[in-house]
Amino acid sequence: MRKTALALVAALLACGGLAATAAPARAEIEVDVNRGDIRPLPLSVPAFGGERGADISRVIAENLGRSGLFAPIDAGARQADVATEPDFAAWKGLGAQALVNGQASLVDGRLQVDFRLWDIPAGQQLLGLQFTSTPENWRRVAHKISDAVYERLTGEKGYFDTRVVFVSETGGRLDRKLRLAVMDQDGANPSYLTDGSEIVLSPRFSASSQEITYMALRPEGSSVYLLNLETGRRESLGQFPGMVFAPRFSPDGAQVAFAVERNGNSDIWVMNLVNRQSRRLTSDPAIDTSPAFSPDGRQIVFNSDRGGSPQLYVMDAAGGGARRISFGQGRYTSPVWSPKGDQIAFTRQGGGQFHIGVMRPDGSDERTLTSSYMDEGPTWAPNGRVILFSRQEAGGEPRLWTVDITGRILNPAPYSGGASDPAWSPLIN
Amino acid sequence: MTPRAVLRWTALLGAAAVLAACQTTPKAGPETPATPEAGAASGTAAEGTGAGAVQPVRRPGPVAGAPIPGSVQDFVINISDRVFFDVDQYEVREDAAAILERQAAWLNRYPAVQVRIEGNADERGTREYNIALGSRRANAVRDQLVALGVSPSRISTVSFGKERPIDPGADDEAFRRNRNARTAIIGGAR
Repeated sequence: MRKTALALVAALLACGGLAATAAPARAEIEVDVNRGDIRPLPLSVPAFGGERGADISRVIAENLGRSGLFAPIDAGARQADVATEPDFAAWKGLGAQALVNGQASLVDGRLQVDFRLWDIPAGQQLLGLQFTSTPENWRRVAHKISDAVYERLTGEKGYFDTRVVFVSETGGRLDRKLRLAVMDQDGANPSYLTDGSEIVLSPRFSASSQEITYMALRPEGSSVYLLNLETGRRESLGQFPGMVFAPRFSPDGAQVAFAVERNGNSDIWVMNLVNRQSRRLTSDPAIDTSPAFSPDGRQIVFNSDRGGSPQLYVMDAAGGGARRISFGQGRYTSPVWSPKGDQIAFTRQGGGQFHIGVMRPDGSDERTLTSSYMDEGPTWAPNGRVILFSRQEAGGEPRLWTVDITGRILNPAPYSGGASDPAWSPLIN
Repeated sequence: MTPRAVLRWTALLGAAAVLAACQTTPKAGPETPATPEAGAASGTAAEGTGAGAVQPVRRPGPVAGAPIPGSVQDFVINISDRVFFDVDQYEVREDAAAILERQAAWLNRYPAVQVRIEGNADERGTREYNIALGSRRANAVRDQLVALGVSPSRISTVSFGKERPIDPGADDEAFRRNRNARTAIIGGAR
């Protein structure tokens, strides 16, 4: 326990722009992420004092509540001074098992936030951390605190200090405008990256979370781009004989895998971003598309209809050794390897419905997590516990939804507009 | 004719009728201004003012309208620019083959015309797979046109996957219409 907490502090200290200091502690309460929402942990996050304090505590409570693993208890006007030990009996009386209290202040123009996490039944402090940043960065401070609390109580990394890139969809079915957009994982700070003058699809983050790759589709053909979110610099991967689509970064960011179509036949290619050399990885007369690297970079899962219908295959990252892994009922597409490497999420079409499901990389232990008229395009939270995807009801516009890997915690994502093709960033450095 | 072909022909005839209506002066109809003629025939205006003999106004003669041969309209109305596919298939159906024969004959008659074949898929598939499927459809049409004598240098292909439906519906009829390849004229038409 002590080691875990110290490692956490070290990780937090390594964060650029945000600094933290802490005292380690032992936990008595725990949250089992594998049980889903059976018993979310009752937790209270009373309003933090000081500059932006109430906003910060609200964002923390919302983050933890949305995970489905915690049940935030409204503290009302009740506050908990961070400088003194909480009144455990009173918080217990309110039904809280965990308490997050804090105080924000401005120190030489910098925002400083002290917070503590308390185990109410044990009457113990589990975390005591201090974050400093610029005042306008208060949301990131709230996300960092959320991640620290989540990790301390679940033993799994958090995923709140992250962003989502997606395709914003506006307008009717026949004049739909597609724009690349990015937002914080909680739906805050949404902004458009493209102007809607061309069809944009399949955005994906690099491991640095500062660069994305995506496909632009025009009547004259398609292009795959790299776009740096910080500088706005956009660069094409070059010309290809036919359509080029479905780009994804390798985990080390040195390569992009994608599909290239020639004379109607789509195959998987990979480009080395350093020397810009492209190499073809599959050469099958069937459709091969939607490649996704394993987190160790050694394998690629992809979609192929070489067996007569779209199914999932795994091959070596250098090409070759392709073997089918999907054998259930229906058509399997859009596979994504989990960040931990232990699961592959996918879209399955069967029984007139579309489903998000997961299986192990060898195809075993397949589980269906969702069903609707149209569920597609899963993407993993960086801790591998939550999947974001798009859901469209018949005749409606697509929306973003989340489901945890137990399949029990299914919620609309906190973005209310038309949206599809989400890709979750890694934890922001 | 299959029911599908009948539907298609009905749609085509409908389109032709709309175009004819745009370009032809109707002999009679709700749009024809009736009041002045009716007034003249009754002679009310003439009697009221005491003016001289009423001049008869000749009924306007018919004007026939038709697309200019070799124009985009000619191709769309008289030939048909879209062929349709079965679920998850890219083989050219019999009804589509007949249309492609007419497309090829027309393209051979107007050799300056350049076309882009746009492959489309219905929404009952995932995005990237449908891009690939649309490419197959576009290329199947391209191959057929080339086999019928159209130079490959005049034909480009693209796939819009499921992103450019022509029918906003969410039923089988809409899906059927959205599984298509459109031969779009991009240059050289009269």
